[in-house]
Amino acid sequence: MSTQESNTQNLTLVQAVRDGLKSEMERDDDVIVLGEDVGKNGGVFRATEGLYDAFGGDRVIDTPLAESGIIGTSIGMAAYGLRPVPEMQFSGFMYPAFDQLVSHAARLRTRSRGRFTCPMVVRAPYGGGIRAPEHHSESKEAIYTHEAGLKVVVPSTPYDTKGLLAAAIRDPDPVVFLEPKLIYRAFREDVPEEPYTVELGEAAVRREGEDLSVFTWGAMTRPTLEAAESAAEDGIDAEVIDLRTLSPMDTDAIVESFKKTGRAVVVHEAPKTGGLAGEITATIQTEALYYQEAPIARVTGFDVPYPLYALEDYYMPEDTRIEDAIRETYGA
Amino acid sequence: MTDYTLETEAGRRESLRRMLTIREFDTKAGQYFADGEIPGFVHLYIGEEAVAVGTCAALDPDDLISSTHRGHGHCIAKGLDTELMMAELFGKEDGYCNGKGGSMHIADVESGMLGANGIVGAGPPLATGAALSIDYQDRDQVALAFLGDGAVAQGQVHEAINLASTWDLPAIFLVENNRYGEATPVEKQHNLSQLSDTAQAYDIPGLTVDGMDVTAVAEAVKEARKRARAGDGPTLIEAETYRYRGHYEGDEQNYRTDEELEQWQERDAIDSFKRRLIDRGELTEDDFEEMQAAIEEAIADAIEYAQESEFPAPEEAYDDMFSESVPEIEAFAERIRTDGGSNGGDA
Repeated sequence: MSTQESNTQNLTLVQAVRDGLKSEMERDDDVIVLGEDVGKNGGVFRATEGLYDAFGGDRVIDTPLAESGIIGTSIGMAAYGLRPVPEMQFSGFMYPAFDQLVSHAARLRTRSRGRFTCPMVVRAPYGGGIRAPEHHSESKEAIYTHEAGLKVVVPSTPYDTKGLLAAAIRDPDPVVFLEPKLIYRAFREDVPEEPYTVELGEAAVRREGEDLSVFTWGAMTRPTLEAAESAAEDGIDAEVIDLRTLSPMDTDAIVESFKKTGRAVVVHEAPKTGGLAGEITATIQTEALYYQEAPIARVTGFDVPYPLYALEDYYMPEDTRIEDAIRETYGA
Repeated sequence: MTDYTLETEAGRRESLRRMLTIREFDTKAGQYFADGEIPGFVHLYIGEEAVAVGTCAALDPDDLISSTHRGHGHCIAKGLDTELMMAELFGKEDGYCNGKGGSMHIADVESGMLGANGIVGAGPPLATGAALSIDYQDRDQVALAFLGDGAVAQGQVHEAINLASTWDLPAIFLVENNRYGEATPVEKQHNLSQLSDTAQAYDIPGLTVDGMDVTAVAEAVKEARKRARAGDGPTLIEAETYRYRGHYEGDEQNYRTDEELEQWQERDAIDSFKRRLIDRGELTEDDFEEMQAAIEEAIADAIEYAQESEFPAPEEAYDDMFSESVPEIEAFAERIRTDGGSNGGDA
């Protein structure tokens, strides 16, 4: 990141997406945005607002409703010199493009022994909390982290959003960039005007603590911090680590924190079974078993299709559920 | 059984009644969405009523349909109950899907409604499969897929029509061309100016009809149904129509002008059909007002029904996960019942 004194803007997370796209497009003419309604309309969530006017229809391309075509086309563009940033309108709309993403984007480099590369960033709003069912709310990061060859990023702050997006766009390999839409406009943060990057694969310690480690990402970071603060009132000193990049995962940060605390809670809104909490737990078991002082707790969504409306409040991990887990793990 | 065909006087009045019901239902759905009582997203069918009603009036009651994210009109045209629909929109347990599906996932086996669909272009393959079942089981039915102009660009729509054509299945593909795929005009999404020309790629009949004329839609569907039942395969019908509301409620609609909307509203399908019935002496203004008043009351009842229904209990999220109960799921549900869902994880 730049060390020079910089001007900042006070941005929401979705504005930081836009600002990140804009500054990377200014830096590099090969960066091209494409997707459904991303151009003249500015996108359903306004993430690309103003880009069409600033860069024109050749670089901000309105596509038909054709996810497979959008991702496949992006792979072809990436293979031949461009840096496409396709938008999937909701992450739940990505499945028609799954074949292109998994069978081709993720494997182009290994399959061609490094002769072809796929520098592409698939952006998609993801996660729950907006009162919509199924495809419009689910968290499916684990299906992308499971695919070797894809990097997976989930920012939780406006500052990180711009920096991680820039790093993803400059990365030589395909990145799935999942934007937690619950916090698109939840809060603002000072974000430098000039371009900068936040390195992929590095977790951030959001709260230092000695008693136990809580690992989370995306929209779950804030309720986790609230839960940690609440537990702190009773003298429980939780460390909160925002993983930010889920693949490659910063296992060093996980292990280091766990060796210090010996207790862990993992929080994610995705369903429990097959979710990344299992992977994180396994990593801890392998790398730091002898430091472990309590069972590792998972606070997650449930193993059901993402529910509508009233049930959503039960589905999403919130601060009290997280706090319960922190207290139980601390006391175990 | 209700007379519901454009070919009889009673059937024409029923068709008008259903068009009016759709408009009233969606007008109220829009209001209660704006008030925050209806969650998620709603995509209203106002303006396109003649397409759903013309289509379903030409189908047999036993025929099957698949729908879209903009499905309320298809449901009402196919005869679904507005109280159960409204309860579903409100996310209540008395709804068609026990409040677990919402606006975009209403489905009903008895009505032959394979489901509204939150994924653009996902319905046609289901209709192709339903048509294959019909064919295999030698039943006197057809399966019709409603899809939007935007869906025509989806790969799976091509796959669905190609399969149905190749196998001469009793299917109909009804493209509702409302001029916009979400916020992008149809001409920016397709190289063809007439979407019905896609039929040429499958060597099946393709025709474009005035989707603001309920009779024109019904005639085209009737012909397509006859062809499908004769074993001659599917037909692709493009109905030219217009949605008066945004893609979704809350859509800024910066992609179109008020003048364009007004031009289409001048050709309003309900107004013109009503005038036609009055001209033919099949309806009076008094009849119309009576009909309208009864519909307003029915939809008000539907709202009340929805408001009074309960939200599903948390443990119901586990109901119907599989055909048989799974011990682990039962344990989860029991746990939520006993501790109020305080923890979804291991702790």
